[in-house]
Amino acid sequence: MLATNYRGPYRIRASQKPDPVIEHPGDAIVRVTRACICGSDLHLYHGLVPDTRIGHTFGHEFVGIVEEVGSAVETLKPGDRVLVPFNLFCGSCFFCQRELYSNCHNTNPEATAVGGIYGYSHTTGGYDGGQAEYVRVPMADVGPYKIPEDIVDDDAVLLTDALPTGYQAAEMGDIKQGDTVVVFGAGPVGIFAAKSAWLFGAGRVIVVDHVEYRLDFVRRYARCEIINFREVGDVALHIKKMTDWLGADVCIDAVGCEASGSLAQTITGRWTMLQAGAATALFWAINSVRKAGNVSIVGVYGPTFNAVPIGNALNKGITMRMNQAAVKRHVPHLIEHIRQGHLNPKEIITHRVPLEEVSDAYHIFSSKYDNCIKTVLIPPRAGSARATATSVIH
Amino acid sequence: MDTVTAQRDLAEQRRHPHHHGHVDYERQIDYDLNRHSPSLEELQRIPGWGSDLDKKNRPAVPMERTPPRFIHVTAGQPVQQAQTVEVFCSPERPGITPLFGTAQPPKWLSGSMRRLAYKLPENDLRHWLMLLAADRVNMVEGIVDDLAHGHVPNVLGEMGIRAELRHNPAGLVRKALIATAVVGGILALRNRRRHY
Ligand SMILES: [Zn+2]
Ligand SMILES: [Zn+2]
Repeated sequence: MLATNYRGPYRIRASQKPDPVIEHPGDAIVRVTRACICGSDLHLYHGLVPDTRIGHTFGHEFVGIVEEVGSAVETLKPGDRVLVPFNLFCGSCFFCQRELYSNCHNTNPEATAVGGIYGYSHTTGGYDGGQAEYVRVPMADVGPYKIPEDIVDDDAVLLTDALPTGYQAAEMGDIKQGDTVVVFGAGPVGIFAAKSAWLFGAGRVIVVDHVEYRLDFVRRYARCEIINFREVGDVALHIKKMTDWLGADVCIDAVGCEASGSLAQTITGRWTMLQAGAATALFWAINSVRKAGNVSIVGVYGPTFNAVPIGNALNKGITMRMNQAAVKRHVPHLIEHIRQGHLNPKEIITHRVPLEEVSDAYHIFSSKYDNCIKTVLIPPRAGSARATATSVIH
Repeated sequence: MDTVTAQRDLAEQRRHPHHHGHVDYERQIDYDLNRHSPSLEELQRIPGWGSDLDKKNRPAVPMERTPPRFIHVTAGQPVQQAQTVEVFCSPERPGITPLFGTAQPPKWLSGSMRRLAYKLPENDLRHWLMLLAADRVNMVEGIVDDLAHGHVPNVLGEMGIRAELRHNPAGLVRKALIATAVVGGILALRNRRRHY
């Protein structure tokens, strides 16, 4: 089959690999019809995630058709159209029993801090991902969600990570009616966090970034205020001025370890890797939130350590909540929001690219060319979806 | 603070010696910034505004919910997956997990480095630094492996040079000029050294 193949930092290609096989009676094989590139895939692509092996197939946001199921699978059958949450989870361990699906203890032998994630290095279990024609989906009765008839694939693929993560970010902020919510990062997750903040009754939503086209997009799409941090001098000071000098009620970090905006963080976090990525957004979030406010983190950081002003967090009495999204617990609820027209996830898709052009698709997304917000890769055997793919290089 | 304001504040204090509140609070506020929330009527025009205000509608409140919803829960631990390739296991757990990935089993020098790294717990920084070092070694092994299979890797292609050409030709020219200048400079220096 054709699959993405990581070759080293900034190098990826599509090449032939053996088809995946059933390795456990609970497995299914899914034929992928759409797979997104995620902002967190860029951390892998840039070589920042430990134990990312050459030959690895990325991709944790995908939908497809069940091709084959293992002998123990009861609820899925070949032909079912499914969305597959990015978390691999067993359903029965201590954490799954508490609906903490992203913290499953039974799917990742290599690290205990995080459960399994498709196509996200051996630090998250060593599973090949969905930027391929086929993918092995373990615990097929637990993870995948059958896509209802009235939900299109373009919406469904955003329910595998970006939308639930943005929604959970807003939810973890414990927003109360009238709260001022500041979202750091105008990528897909930040866009959905801003959009979700209104559902929780926010009074003001402000998004911070420096990429002008993304700020433009989020201002229209989520009807929020925007701050280009390159234009305002000090961000925390600017936010205090905007909030009667108190600070925001809720700050959301939807950026993670590859933030721009602070030379010291960039040098120590991205160039020399003295810390696990640049923690600029989290630094700003802690310093911009009001005393006793909430900071919610969904941006991804490495496993070692980061420079954040934890002393300020203590003195301000901040509540911090963070987790990888437990995707499946949000899916039914978010489908209702889509049905009622509150959320239109597919509108953020800017690029539909044939899988063969994965090298260029990653480069465009990573360099933020061509007003790129969300890229969907479409494999050769995607069926009718294949007709919607357009080349990014011709 | 300018003298006019200072004199005004002193006069104010003399007039109201027991006044502890802000006499001129508004002076502190930067009027250039819009700091006012939209009205409730304006907010309600946003699709879905406030529809999840009631915590009962929030899927993650409470944060931990037992029993889990929306999944097909089977009794007991999942059946153990048969181990067909070498899979590393964090020392911070009792043994291998029932489910695991079998992609890219460890091999070559990077594989040995990773094997050593997994002898250390996740709590030990060296564990992660050794894995990152192994990743860099693995990158070189990848090129050697490509060549060994008769495949000369198209490194520029893998880095997306066609997209760069189409979307940032000026930047590509600049990068090419810088690269030429650096290489040219190094060659010129070497030539000079040879002459003396
Ligand atoms: Zn993702
Ligand atoms: Zn579990």
